[in-house]
Amino acid sequence: MEKTYYNSADLGKFGSISEFQPTLAAKFFDYYGEVFKEGALTEREKALIALAVAHAVQCPYCIDAYTTGSLEKGADEAQMMEAIHVAAAIKGGAALVHGVQMMNKVKEVMM
Amino acid sequence: MKSLAAQNSPFADTAFQLDVLMQPQQQGTAFPMFGQRLLDHGLLPLKPTQISILQINVGKMCNQVCKHCHVDAGPDRKEIMTRETMQLCLDALAQTDIPVVDLTGGAPEMNPYFRWFVEEISKLGRQIIVRCNLTIILANKKYHDLPEFFKQHRVQVVSSLPYFTASRTDTQRGDGVFDKSIKALQMLNAVGYGQEGSGLMLDLVYNPAGSFLPGNQKALEGEFKRRLKQGYDITFNNLFAITNLPISRYLDYLISTGNYEPYMEKLVNAFNPAAAANVMCRNTVSVGWEGSLYDCDFNQMLELPVESRAPRHIRDFHLEALTARNIVINQHCYGCTAGAGSSCGGETVS
Ligand code: SF4
Ligand code: SF4
Repeated sequence: MEKTYYNSADLGKFGSISEFQPTLAAKFFDYYGEVFKEGALTEREKALIALAVAHAVQCPYCIDAYTTGSLEKGADEAQMMEAIHVAAAIKGGAALVHGVQMMNKVKEVMM
Repeated sequence: MKSLAAQNSPFADTAFQLDVLMQPQQQGTAFPMFGQRLLDHGLLPLKPTQISILQINVGKMCNQVCKHCHVDAGPDRKEIMTRETMQLCLDALAQTDIPVVDLTGGAPEMNPYFRWFVEEISKLGRQIIVRCNLTIILANKKYHDLPEFFKQHRVQVVSSLPYFTASRTDTQRGDGVFDKSIKALQMLNAVGYGQEGSGLMLDLVYNPAGSFLPGNQKALEGEFKRRLKQGYDITFNNLFAITNLPISRYLDYLISTGNYEPYMEKLVNAFNPAAAANVMCRNTVSVGWEGSLYDCDFNQMLELPVESRAPRHIRDFHLEALTARNIVINQHCYGCTAGAGSSCGGETVS
């Protein structure tokens, strides 16, 4: 057994998920590749979005991949940190906006 | 910072570097041999297509000591080309119609015969590229008129600027390099370089400041153009995205930071047969400061001369014999074949 749940070498083995279900894996990787191509958004913008989402979903593989990916696409450190602040603001905001729900309930049950 | 040679570093020894590259088992990971990959794609032996560029390295002397430098150049390097060897290059050029001469170093402008050499090549009617590190223009009063000199000979100026921010540029190239490079670019712009309609070409070289690969060249060029225009009112023609090859100071950096294995793995995984078919050694011959001939500037720095059947010194230059040669390859060549490919002119696959 591995000592940790996450192993950085597993990132390179992502493609091997096709071993247990090739059809769906092929469809996913096709779609994945298509998503990250330059479109209405540039590849750099997409890498920065991916970096922000990686932090929101707290996936260490994605953080690893999209830190390098953002650098490769020419993003600078400030852009990368701002992307993470966007993720943090949305996550923090998402928690806080539910404060209204809490307040509603308080008002309902309090005299 | 000093050159590896001045530090007596083992990485100054080319045999040591080749040993590192050739070790089939680096901590348990075997990288496939580059030659085997070429063979799999019908490219071995690797042959020139047509020699259209003579790249001349006029010496290792430089005013900078960049961390990634494959030449291990610096102010402490005294190896520079003599005027006699330059004359041999001119003689070789005169007997062929190789259209492009690419002058590199070190900082080629530091060679005392640099201007004479450019003038003589110019008289032969060849297109001249100078790989100018930008800061040299400001390094001393005697270099301040280089933009004018380049303009006079319609030299194509190709300059490194690893990034459009000071921090990332200075990390790779030394403190204050970014500000000086910006000033030099403005001086080049002022005499017409990079300006539309002037015909004076100013190209920038981007190479990653770390152990990652360059992204899409066109996209990076767009970003560089936007940021340099916005921030400093600088314009330029093309951006060449170049992959760092695992040799010399960059190899030292990779090994000492534990990045060697993952970087090689990235290069190997990104092997692109189309890029392999377009490697620059197929259209270039490289001349060292002492006149020896090499397949490229990287092989030159690894002291891997052209194969022994071919002429090995500029005094014996023979176009047909060199065109018939087999190119000498090694594991560092993976740097030229990753992704969209890499050469002194940037990507090799569009
Ligand atoms: S990379 Fe160029 S500017 Fe930097 S030390 Fe090497 S030769 Fe000089
Ligand atoms: S490193 Fe030199 S010899 Fe090897 S592929 Fe690149 S240009 Fe050719």
